[in-house]
Amino acid sequence: MTMDVDFSALATQGPDGARRLELALDGMTCAACIFEIEAALKRVPHLAAARVNYADRRLSLEWTAPTFDFGLVTERLRRMGYRARPFERESGEREERETSRRLLRCLAVAGFASVNVMLLSEAVWLGGDMDTVTRDFFHGVSALIALPAAAFAGQPFFTSAFAALRARRLNIDVPISLGVLLSLAMSVYETLTHAPHAYFDSATMLLAFLLLARYLDHAMRRKTRAVAANLAALRAPVACRLDTDGAKSFVPLAALAPGDRVLARPGERIPADGVVVCGQASLDESVVTGETQRRAVTAGDSVYAGAMNFDGALTMRVEAAAGGSLIDEIERLLDKATAARSRYMRLADRVSRLYAPLVHIAALATALAWLAAGASLHDALVTAIAVLVVTCPCALALAVPAVQVAASGALFRAGVLLNSADALERLAEIDTVVFDKTGTLTTPEPRVANAREIEPSLLELAARLAHSSRHPLARAVAREYPRAATLDGAREEQGAGVVAIVDGVEARLGDPRFCGLERDCAAAAREEASIIAFRHGERTAALVVRQTLRADARETIEALAARGLRVILLSGDRVAPVEATARALHIAEWRGAMKPADKVGRLEALRAQGRKILMIGDGINDAPALAAAHVSLSPIDATEIAQAAADAVFLGDGLAPIVTTIDAARQAHTLMRQNLALSLLYNAIAAPLAMAGMLTPLIAAVAMSSSSLVVTLNALRAGGETKREPSMQPAQQREAAA
Amino acid sequence: MTVLLFLVPLALLLGALGLMAFVWSLNAGQYEDLEGAAARALSDDDLEDTQT
Repeated sequence: MTMDVDFSALATQGPDGARRLELALDGMTCAACIFEIEAALKRVPHLAAARVNYADRRLSLEWTAPTFDFGLVTERLRRMGYRARPFERESGEREERETSRRLLRCLAVAGFASVNVMLLSEAVWLGGDMDTVTRDFFHGVSALIALPAAAFAGQPFFTSAFAALRARRLNIDVPISLGVLLSLAMSVYETLTHAPHAYFDSATMLLAFLLLARYLDHAMRRKTRAVAANLAALRAPVACRLDTDGAKSFVPLAALAPGDRVLARPGERIPADGVVVCGQASLDESVVTGETQRRAVTAGDSVYAGAMNFDGALTMRVEAAAGGSLIDEIERLLDKATAARSRYMRLADRVSRLYAPLVHIAALATALAWLAAGASLHDALVTAIAVLVVTCPCALALAVPAVQVAASGALFRAGVLLNSADALERLAEIDTVVFDKTGTLTTPEPRVANAREIEPSLLELAARLAHSSRHPLARAVAREYPRAATLDGAREEQGAGVVAIVDGVEARLGDPRFCGLERDCAAAAREEASIIAFRHGERTAALVVRQTLRADARETIEALAARGLRVILLSGDRVAPVEATARALHIAEWRGAMKPADKVGRLEALRAQGRKILMIGDGINDAPALAAAHVSLSPIDATEIAQAAADAVFLGDGLAPIVTTIDAARQAHTLMRQNLALSLLYNAIAAPLAMAGMLTPLIAAVAMSSSSLVVTLNALRAGGETKREPSMQPAQQREAAA
Repeated sequence: MTVLLFLVPLALLLGALGLMAFVWSLNAGQYEDLEGAAARALSDDDLEDTQT
């Protein structure tokens, strides 16, 4: 595909006059690519800077000269085998990066303060014969470190606690803030009255541990989201826009406005919802509706974004903004479904909702009990603070995020990207799996169904020939050997096929009549399939092209059934093909001809029976169902709207990641529960001791740290066992080669 | 005791310098691409530049 798109219009101009543009890159396999890309771009004239971000797979460019030729950059990248697309950093992502930096800054300050204060405090605890002046000096220095540090590093908790209190709620940040503030206030009082102990170390350590947990939680979500956004950018196609003067220009989809006239050529997807102005074609709308039979459209018909144009060029008018389109209806359903799911509460939230009031009551009860027993107000308060500090939810706060980080890292390596932090917990709870058919159980693009019956060398030759054509059927053949070299001198005859001379013999691929194979092909013709003929001298083949089951669909269904999960197939396609698929995969429960609202309705009926559903789908029509299910997965070749609605996206051609994900989620869930149990156990032991006034700050600090450590070590077990599937290769990489 | 009056602030000063260095590197974006940075250490590009 030779198409140079001028993305430079999307660059942002900084105050210094320099233009910057960020590109999402595909095709980077190892660190050596960094140097290859940067070295190649160094020689592009007028390009001031090019820097690869390897972790996010992005390339940022900077230039000032107006004469800078952007085409050179895309051309060089393409020649090296990388695909690049402009990446518009969403404002959300910018915010996330800022939050991440702020947390890291707070963590650094809290870490610095806690280490230094701990050194001083330890000297006080262990130096039994220390004179009062030295001790006061140490406490004074501790105060000078701890107070400003807590004021800075405690902000994430203080603001959240304040917001919760204003809304008359209690969250986990309230006891944290109270514990920190009370222990600081008490320590200042103790220092001023020359008392033997102060608790600056407890306060700062508490902050450091909690900030660590928050940072881990945040970093995990940020990383997967960054990569997912990349993939979305890479997949976002460009549209061929017809300007008023008849000139064609390629623009990113985001640049399309209602009223624009767009050209959709055969082999391309319809870029936006609209109305056909002229031309006729048959569209494969399986991604939109699930229906696999093609629909013929002509001037005046509505077309929907995502449909594949099979033959014939269409000129269409974009009408995305007009309400009542398919997308509008789907978005309405989507909103409703998402709102229903947002009520789900995370495991950690559920625990901390109970935990926060309990800690306050325990601390208050301690103070009252000590007062009643005749202790002074000061002693009663000190003990109450000890309770607040020792029941610090450090381990509790680490329990869930630490597991999430380890498990999502392992899944990331196995080719599964999590969209939401609580997806793992919801995945672990499922008992029913609902599949979409088209594009999920079957491959999204048509494939050669009888590939195995054809001699491999012949098929490879056909694929090499097919690489010279953009016809959808030819692309299906080309997909069999995605990396095969094209044939020199291949020539396409419009509406008939491709022809080339191989080893002195003419090779033809295309319409049966074009290859003179009408009789052979008539025999091979079946319902639901297209026939493409191939002839090389005397060797001939009739290739049956249709959507085929994904290679490991049957194994995956069996593996799911073996885990005691109920498997259901819901499809928008007609009943006959759905039945055939269900029978081939031994799925007992299936329904066809379902509209998006029907799917949501069915899921709701299942939910009313108390089922927790995992929905797996790829089409635009699946998006509401994906959002309505308890948890959802999409293959990476799914439509953007489906990916956005799904909790996780898996890479590769197969379905094996589904089983991997469920197993990993179940293991992670077990570990989270263990961790919560461990931290609650720790509190159950430590809190009574603190209430009895038996804990010295040193023991409290050691106990607190070791409980956090145990929880973290336990969480690391989630990272070990998932391996990358050998067959996994991002689908788009293959497409790029095709 | 008097030696502490010097040593404790000195120790804190050194620690604070480290903290400042961290915050500076954080704001300079050095933690944006940790995987790439690990690989960049192996590159000899900078040597070529000085030779030409």
